[in-house]
Amino acid sequence: MNTSVNLCGVTLKNPVMTASGTFGSGAEYSEFVDLNKLGAVVTKGVANVPWEGNPTPRVAEVYGGMLNAVGLQNPGIELFCKRDIPFLKQYDTKIIVNVCGHSTEEYAAVVERLSDEPVDMLEINISCPNVKEGGIAFGQDPKAVEAITREMKKYAKQPVIMKLSPNVTDITEMARAAEAGGADALSLINTITGMKIDINRRCFVLANKTGGMSGPAVHPVAVRMVYQTAQAVKLPIIGMGGIMNAEDAIEMILAGATAVSVGTANFTDPSVTEKIVAGIEAYMEKYQVSDICELVGAVHER
Amino acid sequence: MSEKFQETATVVSQKSIGAGIFDLTIQTKEIAAHAKAGQFVSVYSGDASKLLPRPISLCGIDREKKNLRLVYRVTGEGTGTEEFSKLKTGDTVRILGPLGNGFTVDPGKKAFLIGGGIGVPPMLQLAKQMKISGMEDFQVVMGYRDANTFLLEEFKEQAETFAATEDGSVGTKGNVLDAIRENHLKADVIYACGPTPMLRALKAYAAEQGIDCYISMEERMACGIGACLACVCKTTKMDEHSNVKNKRICKEGPVFDAKEVEL
Repeated sequence: MNTSVNLCGVTLKNPVMTASGTFGSGAEYSEFVDLNKLGAVVTKGVANVPWEGNPTPRVAEVYGGMLNAVGLQNPGIELFCKRDIPFLKQYDTKIIVNVCGHSTEEYAAVVERLSDEPVDMLEINISCPNVKEGGIAFGQDPKAVEAITREMKKYAKQPVIMKLSPNVTDITEMARAAEAGGADALSLINTITGMKIDINRRCFVLANKTGGMSGPAVHPVAVRMVYQTAQAVKLPIIGMGGIMNAEDAIEMILAGATAVSVGTANFTDPSVTEKIVAGIEAYMEKYQVSDICELVGAVHER
Repeated sequence: MSEKFQETATVVSQKSIGAGIFDLTIQTKEIAAHAKAGQFVSVYSGDASKLLPRPISLCGIDREKKNLRLVYRVTGEGTGTEEFSKLKTGDTVRILGPLGNGFTVDPGKKAFLIGGGIGVPPMLQLAKQMKISGMEDFQVVMGYRDANTFLLEEFKEQAETFAATEDGSVGTKGNVLDAIRENHLKADVIYACGPTPMLRALKAYAAEQGIDCYISMEERMACGIGACLACVCKTTKMDEHSNVKNKRICKEGPVFDAKEVEL
């Protein structure tokens, strides 16, 4: 049985990765998950300098999901290279670094700094809804998506994954723009902008007022967007959005994802990623699928 | 940093000990044996629409019986804590712990153990731990909103105990600092858990008195293990891990030296 997938030249032992921001750089979760069993670890977004992030409260639970407005707190690329990359290098898994910035120059500085580091791929976060400059501002205009993708490709030595926002009218337009800019892969979806109000105190629950919604409630939206994007572009897709178990992961793969990222589910069960890997294998056995690649985009009409 | 365990614990007993306050004892496999006062556990809901664990402090640790005692407030109708309040003897509940750093007690110093509201329960385990270790030189000051006090009698078994209530129905009318002043109490170190305004006042009081103050802080959490950066607090100095002036309450905390955090 083959569970390995090829993501623009990088071979992952299985399609299960961690969603950026939910898993740190893996150190905390390594107490609960054998990182060697994961296809890749996608790190928390890292910028050229340390970022303090947003005020608290930064998270709120909502029905079937959660909102977060962490605001990309990160220690900056230098400490990240010194501490987090060597930590991940101890494991037999691929390292995908999520890159954030306020401007093209800031993104480029991180990408350039990583060019000689032993990381396998870069995921460019142009879709964070919780920072005022950069982030989503780049991800909602196809011209900006194409331009920043092209710019990243100039500096990147590793394959470039553009992480797309669902907070757009037509995600396929953004996907085509990233493809035109030379992206090697796409990941989608980032969180959907939401809001929660405390009716007893009549105030916003999050200090940032709005936050990105994730969790199983967004899963059908993510599946639909992955499917539409897979129809629109030739690039491999990393599907994410509310994957709680192997069934959700397989659904995403059938919609057209080559790999999947698991995020919010880590909070509900710290060892869920390993269980999803095992669950995918069990599904393949049950349906006698010899190669997982047979499942990618294999959905058909009834 | 202590080892953490994911377990399915079994409910030994549960009772209501006040308006909306529940007293739950669960039997663990490993967690109780590794836990200390001031740490907490993540308690997971059985309802798939509730994704985030509820962090609950440890009111009691019985290493021999492997039991943990959790005293918590039900936060409303349809909440995770309401679900937990319905657990009966023999039921199971998924937990992760022990989490956080817990209190480190400075022996030989006269101490105040101060709790406010739902910050009261973890101080009971600390009181018991200190007494067992022979550090008996401490006084307890607990603050409540009104006559719906809880655990007060149990504190009295451990040490001299003072109470403050906002409406004056029990003990001093006012807050824990009013009780300290009214009773002319003095100490060399404060260990406290409670709402932020109380912690802020204690930090200022400790600074004014020139005494040490260790406070257990609270914030909305998601992962509970230091990965998601949801529950940070502002620190006075650059934090080594975050590389900014933020520390993770669930990981470096919840207990901090009041001098190192901004409130």
